[in-house]
Amino acid sequence: MWSQSKKHIAMLAGAIALASVGFADVKVGSSFPALEGFGLEGTLPERTGRVVMVDFWATWCTPCKASFPAYSAMQKELGERGFTLVAVSVDKKPAEYAEFLKTFTPSFITVRDAKQKLVAEVKVPGMPTCYLIDRKGVLREIHGGYHGDATAKELREKVIKLLEESP
Amino acid sequence: MKKMITMGSVLLLGMAGLVLGGCTTVQPWERAALSDYSMKPDRDPLQAAMSEHIHFSREASSGGRGVGGSGCGCN
Repeated sequence: MWSQSKKHIAMLAGAIALASVGFADVKVGSSFPALEGFGLEGTLPERTGRVVMVDFWATWCTPCKASFPAYSAMQKELGERGFTLVAVSVDKKPAEYAEFLKTFTPSFITVRDAKQKLVAEVKVPGMPTCYLIDRKGVLREIHGGYHGDATAKELREKVIKLLEESP
Repeated sequence: MKKMITMGSVLLLGMAGLVLGGCTTVQPWERAALSDYSMKPDRDPLQAAMSEHIHFSREASSGGRGVGGSGCGCN
């Protein structure tokens, strides 16, 4: 009787452990998932040796709209130094996504996570959220929200700091 | 008697399962559904005017129905 109970407890513990592995989120200091394996719509950039900022956004998110001009300026300024911004839209409706890009014309790369696989894997806590990845592919910073110039300035400084690190 | 209690417990558990099964967490990336046009309480102007009129007639007060924000929970 006791051994059977122990067996059940062990099975339950195993199931919980498996479930927690399945829902593991991305943490600072770990490597960011390869963008290639999630069926993202759009052309993905070469990440090797570059400082990458992955920005999760949506057309229905007002702060995301506000962030686009500043992020465009950041890409233009720091692109040649080895900075790549990849904006991952979580929009399900392609028409809204296309219309948004027509209006805002970003200078950085945008892709669409139509099946919302990547965003679920990363477990993004809110829109917008930026993930700063260094030249070695290690996640160094998670920044939630966009609060105007203060956020733009803070992110720019962090990107420059990462760009100055040796490859 | 014991059998009835057991059946009652099973029924209660089943009902709780059914009710709790309807609960779900809207993930941050799924909030497009909340900011959809169909989720707006005042999407029909005529309906909104009627509701406002009924509210005014019953409560002797009007206004204060607007809700700010996009509903996306951003920032």
